[in-house]
Amino acid sequence: MLEALQLPFMQRALLAGLLVGALASYLGVLVVQRRLSFLGDGLAHAAFAGVALGLLLQQDPLWVAIPFAVGVSLLITWVREKSSLGDDTAIGIFFAVSVALGVLFMSLRQGFAPDAVAYLFGSILTVTSTDLGLMGLIALGVVLLAPLWRYWAYATFDRELALADRLPVIRHDYLLSALIALVVVVSVKVVGIVLIAAFVVIPAATARLLSQTFAAMTLVSVLIGTLSVLPGLAAAYLFDLPAGSAIVLIQALLFVLALLLRR
Amino acid sequence: MAAPAVEIERYSVRFGEFQALHDVSLSVPEGAFVAIVGPNGAGKSTLLKALLGLEQGLLRDGPTRIAGSIRVLGHPPREVPPGWVGYVPQVKGFDRSFPALALEVVVSGLRRHWPFVVSREERRRASEVLEKVGALHLANRRLGRLSGGELQRVYLARSLIRRPRLLLLDEPATGVDVVGEADLYRHLEAYQAESGATILMITHDWEAAQHHASAVLVLNRRVIGYGPPEKVLCHECLSQAFGHVGHAHQVILGGR
Repeated sequence: MLEALQLPFMQRALLAGLLVGALASYLGVLVVQRRLSFLGDGLAHAAFAGVALGLLLQQDPLWVAIPFAVGVSLLITWVREKSSLGDDTAIGIFFAVSVALGVLFMSLRQGFAPDAVAYLFGSILTVTSTDLGLMGLIALGVVLLAPLWRYWAYATFDRELALADRLPVIRHDYLLSALIALVVVVSVKVVGIVLIAAFVVIPAATARLLSQTFAAMTLVSVLIGTLSVLPGLAAAYLFDLPAGSAIVLIQALLFVLALLLRR
Repeated sequence: MAAPAVEIERYSVRFGEFQALHDVSLSVPEGAFVAIVGPNGAGKSTLLKALLGLEQGLLRDGPTRIAGSIRVLGHPPREVPPGWVGYVPQVKGFDRSFPALALEVVVSGLRRHWPFVVSREERRRASEVLEKVGALHLANRRLGRLSGGELQRVYLARSLIRRPRLLLLDEPATGVDVVGEADLYRHLEAYQAESGATILMITHDWEAAQHHASAVLVLNRRVIGYGPPEKVLCHECLSQAFGHVGHAHQVILGGR
């Protein structure tokens, strides 16, 4: 097991897994508590459309998927601010449009697309140092924006009180949705489009069951999101399982334990 | 003479086709205790939100049109220093699933953002205010485990910890039992006595309004009556506000 860590691609896989696990579970706390759990899925499919467009244009899919998913995320937030449609409805519309566009782009491209399949289900062992650099950059951004946690938390607790205290709630909403989109896109290569939402939702939901305060929920979520990557990757390596699936199943197991153990 | 705490001139709000408030003019002297009464949909909450500068985006279907002017403690609503105004929203709007201790809720009123760690000094100040409203025993209780009345006290403490000059309460007595309501008025009057703050409170309880408020505002999208309780809560003005005065109101108001 440990000798596997001598392999550069395993080192990259481990680092990418830990980064993605930490980032998704940190922002996931705000996503879950704002009842936006569906957002992870919606943005993953926006990333899918972006990847498909990138493949069609023969560009690096990631560089097309990033502006695409961030754009969709900002649009979802805009529809939520400007209309009284439910969040789930706003997300659902963009989810559907993204899938439609993704399928369209794929069909315009000649022949079978094995590389697209890699994005659908993730391929953590093919993470490049460019991918890692990008994740590191986004992680740095999230860390630098950590002081905003208290404002995001306050608006999550009671949006009206935050507005009454004249916080720039709407600007913070856009910033948060852009960050979530960035994290989802860079996670797609690691865990795949179909599983990324789990990274956002399950650790936060587990933490919610175990925590008395929002600060504790945030810490516990990041802890679970990060640490669940280790046994998941080990299982994937030892039993030749898909890494994304293995990690998500470990997270689900922890969720069930939390459900059973909480008072 | 001191400037009025709240000065509203010919203020109107329209959400799309719906006229929420029409041509409201009002002057509230500093230190007054105004009870705002009126039927459902009369624009009472809209008026409070206008004082907080929140009327934009209240209803998001159709454009919001606003006319007239409001000054709160001498400033336009969105320019009042936030610490000057305390706000207790309706209980039914609270999200109880948010993982938080009552103490943190109170501290958020002091900081105007959410505490990651509560300092010793903050804990002391929050405990002091919670004790004043008879809720010290709730300090380390989870939000989700509080009853409506308990939550109301915690939110009251949250608004009082910043020692506001203007306190706005949206139906604080709803969901609170008779003892709780008597307590609420006692706490409000005690705070007012020590601080000289102005209080505006939406209520459905006419009898209590009559006993405790220095003035009553009867609102039904426009001002039906405004003045001392005994002058405003008369049969004619109430008929005008509500179409007819129900039996319960006649009992409450006696022969007046």
